[in-house]
Amino acid sequence: MSAFSDRVDLALADPILKIAVERTAGTAEAKRAVAVDAFPDFDRARDRAAAIKDHVIAHLGEYLEMFEANAIAAGAKVHWAQTADEACAIVIDICKAAGAKSVARSKSMLGEEIGLPHALAEAGITRVETDLAEHIIQLADERPSHIIWPAMHKTREQVSALFKAKHRSPHEEETIAAMAESARRELRSGMLGADVGISGANFLVADTGAICTVTNEGNAELSLVPPRVHIVTAGIEKIVPSMPHAVHMLRMLARSATGAALTQYTTFYTGPKRTGDHDGPEEMHIVLVDNGRTTMREEGLAEMLRCIRCGACMNHCVVFRQIGGHAYGGTYPGPMGAVLTPVLDGLAASRDLPNACTLNGKCQEVCPVRIPLPTLLRGWREKSWREGLEPRTMRAGIGIWAAVARRPRLYRLASGMAVRVMRIVGHAGWIKSLPLAGGWTRHRDLPKPASRSFMEQYSQEKRR
Amino acid sequence: MTLDHPRVALFVTCLVDLMRPRIGFAAIRALEAAGCEVVVPTEQTCCGQPALNSGDRATAIDLAKRVIAMLEPYDHVVIPSGSCAGTIRCHYPEILEDDPEWGPRAHTVGAKTYEVMAYLDEVRGWRPEGVALPVRATYHDSCSGLRELGIKAQPRRLLDAVEGLSLAPLAGEETCCGFGGTFCVKYPAISNAIVGEKAAAIDASGADMLLAGDLGCLMNMAGKLHREGSRVRAFHAIELIAGMGDGPAIGEEA
Ligand code: SF4
Repeated sequence: MSAFSDRVDLALADPILKIAVERTAGTAEAKRAVAVDAFPDFDRARDRAAAIKDHVIAHLGEYLEMFEANAIAAGAKVHWAQTADEACAIVIDICKAAGAKSVARSKSMLGEEIGLPHALAEAGITRVETDLAEHIIQLADERPSHIIWPAMHKTREQVSALFKAKHRSPHEEETIAAMAESARRELRSGMLGADVGISGANFLVADTGAICTVTNEGNAELSLVPPRVHIVTAGIEKIVPSMPHAVHMLRMLARSATGAALTQYTTFYTGPKRTGDHDGPEEMHIVLVDNGRTTMREEGLAEMLRCIRCGACMNHCVVFRQIGGHAYGGTYPGPMGAVLTPVLDGLAASRDLPNACTLNGKCQEVCPVRIPLPTLLRGWREKSWREGLEPRTMRAGIGIWAAVARRPRLYRLASGMAVRVMRIVGHAGWIKSLPLAGGWTRHRDLPKPASRSFMEQYSQEKRR
Repeated sequence: MTLDHPRVALFVTCLVDLMRPRIGFAAIRALEAAGCEVVVPTEQTCCGQPALNSGDRATAIDLAKRVIAMLEPYDHVVIPSGSCAGTIRCHYPEILEDDPEWGPRAHTVGAKTYEVMAYLDEVRGWRPEGVALPVRATYHDSCSGLRELGIKAQPRRLLDAVEGLSLAPLAGEETCCGFGGTFCVKYPAISNAIVGEKAAAIDASGADMLLAGDLGCLMNMAGKLHREGSRVRAFHAIELIAGMGDGPAIGEEA
């Protein structure tokens, strides 16, 4: 049994996981529908969003240079990392140079992607996760299961138990307010005492050198402004040409993610503290990370670089809704994860992900930047087939079927035989178990076919 | 282009050929009533979808060329399946895009290929006449038809003309049933979880009959409903539209 099917079995056997995923994704789905209905001409807005990203991706080098020059002019230091390891090494070096013992981190999927939590631990640096959901994940020693709600797999009841076990002065009342207060007590000191604040970026604005972050808790502001040093890690595809573009993308992001018109906190940071500023970090570092993105552009996955990490595709995915995010086994779950994980972890280790999809197209329908996810997943399947990664039984099955399908006379003969065999094993219209179709009959019955195939009946009728 | 008596090739699909021939005969009946001359090309087998979705592009291309050559002589091609029609209409041109000879041929055949209910409604402007069936049914929108071909209103307009038939709303009618071609046998546990929810929604709709436009999805849902002991009977919508809704449902002996 492959690791994927183990994880799937585990997930499907967990009734609480199902409830937790359904609560969050179901709410997001409903809210998004309302928000999209109320948005004048959402489809045109999506076309524009896709066009903005395509333009940037086609001119990535130029915009990155523009961003770098403007960020430097604003007083930030810009670093470039080709790989995840390089990115982590740069961040750790900056932390060490700042003499940091603890860092406050604001949620960033790129940080997860490059393995930053692990790298910080190895360097002996204490990490305070300031996003509430990330804080929960850190307490539970788990990994995020969703890109917007990292702890969506946990119910409120489970979180309450976790806080009681791990917080220094946990809540006594079972209310959301009391739980939030408990987390606040726990996190505030860590946020304010950190030497370095680390965040991701939702957008990098080329013509000003600004970075933009959105949160619903304001934790980014709290964890990035007080420390002396602010480090931003961002994928190079996060670039947009200018502020109006960033604002357009923000509108698409918020509505697609949570159904809200805007997130509670949207902040643009341009450089470190300037003379005369009341607050802000003394140093600002921006680490621009490639980690496979340039090759994606070259290898037919350019459209995936449009992704703004809104999570709509997973919220609407029938497979994600059943198995949750951890079953995908990578940093990114759901349809977008099924496209990205083979880039990051290699196709051999993740060939199940692009296959475990019904290709129903819902993800593409809701994607705010119109990424043709099913087409990209098919692309991975083709690569997997070419490289011989598909199971041998599968290859043989398709091979035999194709040989028959190419020869109409043989096909008639084979289908005629199949009909007869199925009729023998069937009982009162239904087949309860069929040796070669165990995957089907384990969970559902198979209708018994008619006594003769359509083509047999049709040609006989014609002869009459 | 509206032809008075188009010569229509009926591509029945391998599932209909093997599992439920009535759907093919229902399609013929409706198409003839709509003024078409129906021809069933005898060399037809399968559109190649299993190869396409498994990543075996070479085989998919090979089968696509056979199907294209076979269907070229006809005015229109009609298929009682949104997913097979989608394969010919949307995916053949894609996989043959770089082929200077076959690319244009794929486009031409793709453009004249229709799902049967979309064809009857949109191209022929036809409505069933004198068809009556007093039943409360519910309709599942299969994914490929819905999202690749925009099939949503067409079957409902045709079913609306069936006297006595009323459609009960189905919660999550646009949500995938978990069939997904080979998906359902490659990942049976996930597929089962999905179709389990679908079956519950169908039962909760209060309908006595389940309708859809794709036999694969129908077999998946009907098989689950039957395993769970539900009394809901399943038909391809074209059977009702052609006045054959009083016959055996999927899984009932003739
Ligand atoms: S692929 Fe599209 S829907 Fe999915 S996270 Fe990215 S932008 Fe959102």
